[in-house]
Amino acid sequence: MLQSAQPQSPPSASIAWASRIDRLGALLTLVGAAAVLWLPFVLVKANRIVPGEPRALWEALPGLAAGGCTAVLLLSALVAVLIGNARIRLGVALLAVVTVCLAVAAAASALTPAGNRVIRVAAGAGFWVPLVCLGLLCTDAITRLRPAPARRVLMLLAFLLAAVLALASGFFDHLSVMREYAVNAERFAAELRQHGLLALGSLGAAVIAGLPLGILCHRVPRLRAGILGTLNVIQTIPAIALFGIMMAPLGALAAALPLAQRLGIRGIGAAPAAVALFLYSLLPIVANTVLGLKRVSQAAVDAARGMGMTNAQVLWRIELPLALPVILTGIRVVLVQNIGMVTVAALIGGGGLGTFVFQGIGQTAIDLVLLGAIPIVVMAFSAAVLLDALVEVLDRGKR
Amino acid sequence: MITVENLTKQYGATRAVDDVSMQIPGNSITVIVGTSGSGKSTLLRMINRLIEPSAGRVLIEGKDTRSEPAHLLRRRIGYAIQGHGLFPHRTVEENIATVPRLLRWSAPRVRARVEELLRVFQLDPAQYARAFPHELSGGQQQRVGVARALAAEPAVLLMDEPFGALDPIIRAKAQEDLLNIQRRFGTTVVLVTHDMDEAFHLGDRVAVMSQGRLLQYDRPAVLLTRPADPFVSRMTGLADRAMRLLSLTTAGEVASPGEGGGPRVAASASLREVLSELLWSGAHAALVVEADGTVRGQLSLETILAHGRPR
Repeated sequence: MLQSAQPQSPPSASIAWASRIDRLGALLTLVGAAAVLWLPFVLVKANRIVPGEPRALWEALPGLAAGGCTAVLLLSALVAVLIGNARIRLGVALLAVVTVCLAVAAAASALTPAGNRVIRVAAGAGFWVPLVCLGLLCTDAITRLRPAPARRVLMLLAFLLAAVLALASGFFDHLSVMREYAVNAERFAAELRQHGLLALGSLGAAVIAGLPLGILCHRVPRLRAGILGTLNVIQTIPAIALFGIMMAPLGALAAALPLAQRLGIRGIGAAPAAVALFLYSLLPIVANTVLGLKRVSQAAVDAARGMGMTNAQVLWRIELPLALPVILTGIRVVLVQNIGMVTVAALIGGGGLGTFVFQGIGQTAIDLVLLGAIPIVVMAFSAAVLLDALVEVLDRGKR
Repeated sequence: MITVENLTKQYGATRAVDDVSMQIPGNSITVIVGTSGSGKSTLLRMINRLIEPSAGRVLIEGKDTRSEPAHLLRRRIGYAIQGHGLFPHRTVEENIATVPRLLRWSAPRVRARVEELLRVFQLDPAQYARAFPHELSGGQQQRVGVARALAAEPAVLLMDEPFGALDPIIRAKAQEDLLNIQRRFGTTVVLVTHDMDEAFHLGDRVAVMSQGRLLQYDRPAVLLTRPADPFVSRMTGLADRAMRLLSLTTAGEVASPGEGGGPRVAASASLREVLSELLWSGAHAALVVEADGTVRGQLSLETILAHGRPR
C-alpha cells in the first residue's frame, strides 16, 4: 500500500487562535471590564446614610495612578484570556487584586478632604465586581496548580496575614467600612469572638453528641430511620423560626430553675442560639458518621473481628479511622453552615457579627452591614480551606 | 486436632448448619467444599466463634472453645478471607503485626516475625514493609493476608475462600505457597471453597456439605471411588473422575525399580500428568527422576491405568 505522502494540513490560523483563548478568563474579563467602564468605582457620600455620588476609576484617582491601575487591569485581562500557564495567571491576578485594593484606598484618601470626619467614601460595584472576577481567576489558577494540602493552608495563612497587615497599616482608614470599624473597634473584637465561640461551640457539642448517635444508628439499623428522620425535620425548620421555638422552653427553664438562669440560660441571648445551632449541626454529623461507617470495607471489619479485636478495638482502630474523612466532610459542612447561621442569632440577642449586619440594615448604613458580612465570608472560606486540606491528608492511603 | 460435635446453627426456621460432627486431624489441610448456601462458611465461622452455635460444641486440642472469651480464642486462631480484608489505612508491616500487637509481643519480636513472614511469602521487606495495601498487586495482597493470619504462629488456620478473587495463574501459585507453608509450620488448616479442583489439590481430607448437612468427609480418593451420596458424585464430577483420581497420586509413590527408556518425568508429577506425557510421546513407560536428577524408577502405562480404577 502506498504511504500517504501528504502531511496533515495545518489547522487554520483562526482555529488555533480560538483554541488558545481561555473561556473562563474571557468571561471574567468581559464582566470585569464592563463593571470598570460602567459601574462606579467609589461612591462619595455626604454622610454615612445618604446615597452616594458615583465616581469612575479615572474620576476618583489622579491621572498617573488611574493610568497605572488601568494598565495592570489590562495586563491581567490579557493574561486571563491568552496565557495558559497557571503560575503566571496566579501571579498577575494577585498583582491586580493588590492594585485595585490599593487604588480604592488611595481614592478614598484623595476624595476625603483633610479633617472631614462626616464624608464617607465607599467602594462601589466598579470595585467589587472586578475584585470578585480577579478572586475567581486566582482560585481557578490555584485549582489548576493542584497545590498539596499543606501548601494550600500556607497560602490561606499568607493571605490572612497580608490582609490583617494591610488593614492595620492605616492605608485603608479613609474607606467607609474602615471608618465604621474605627467607631466600633472594641465591639468588633467582642462580636468576632462571640461569633467564633457560637459557631465552634455548637459544632463541638454536635460532634460530642452526634458521633455516638451516628455509631448507634450504624450498629442498630432499626433506630436509623427514626433518628435521621427527626434530624431531617429539624433541618427543614427555618433558622429564625427555630430560634423562636427555642425561646419558650428555655425561658420557662430559666424561670423555673434559678441555677439555669445563673448559668446564662434565658429565652433570648446566646443560649437559644447555641441550642438551635447545635440541633442544626446534628444531621450532617450523624448522617456522615453513618455513611462513613457504612463505607468501611466489610472484609476489613470481618478480618479484624476474626483476628481477635474486641468490638471497641474494631470501632477505634478500624471503623472510625476509615470513616474519618467522611465524618470530617460532615464537620466541614457544619462549620461553614454555622459560621453563616450565627449571623441570624443576632436577632435574638445572641451576639456575633450579625449584630453589625442587622444594625446596618436598620440604619440603612450599608458599610456597617459590610463590616459584619466581610469577616463572616472570610471565616467561612478559611474554615472550608482548612477542613478540605485536613480531609485530603487523612484520605491518603485509604483507597 | 479439632473436634466438631453435633454443631448446629439455626436462623429462624432454617438450619444453616445441621448437626455436623467431624474430627479434623492436626498438621493437615482439611477442605470443606459445597455450593453457596451449603453452610460451609457458617461451619468455619463457628470454629472461631465469629458465629455462635445454636447447639453442639467445638473442641480444639480437647478444650471447649467456649471456655474463654471469643476475642481471646480468635487471637490464637489464624483467619484469612476472600478479598484478603487488609486494613487499607495501615502499612503491610502494621497489618501483619495486628495479632502479635494484640498479644503484646515486644517490638523487636514483632519486627523479626514480620520480616520472617515477608521473606517466606517472597516479599522483600525493604520494598514492601512500609507499602500500603492499595500499592500491591492482587496476588501480593492475598499473600499479605495469609501472612497476617499466620503472624502469631497459630496452631490452627481458618481460610474462607482465600483464593476466590485471584486469577488462575496467581491462584495456582497461592495454592503451592499454602502447601509449602503448611509443611513448614505444621499448621492445622481448615479451608472453605466451592472449587472441587482446589479441594482435591489441597485437601488431605475433604468434607462435602449440602443444605447444612455434612454428606461425606474422607480422603479425596475415597470421595471419588466410594461416594456416599449421589450429590457427592455430582460434586466430584462423573465425567473426569478417573483423571481426578490419577491426579491424587504422584509418580514417585508408585514407580517400580528399573531403568527402562521413555520420557523423563519428575517424581513429584501426578499420574495424570505422566499419562498425558505418555499419550503425547507415544511411549509405553516413563523414567521417574528425582529433583536432583537421580533415577527413582520406571512407570508403565499399565500401572497408571490400574490407578485410575476404583479398587
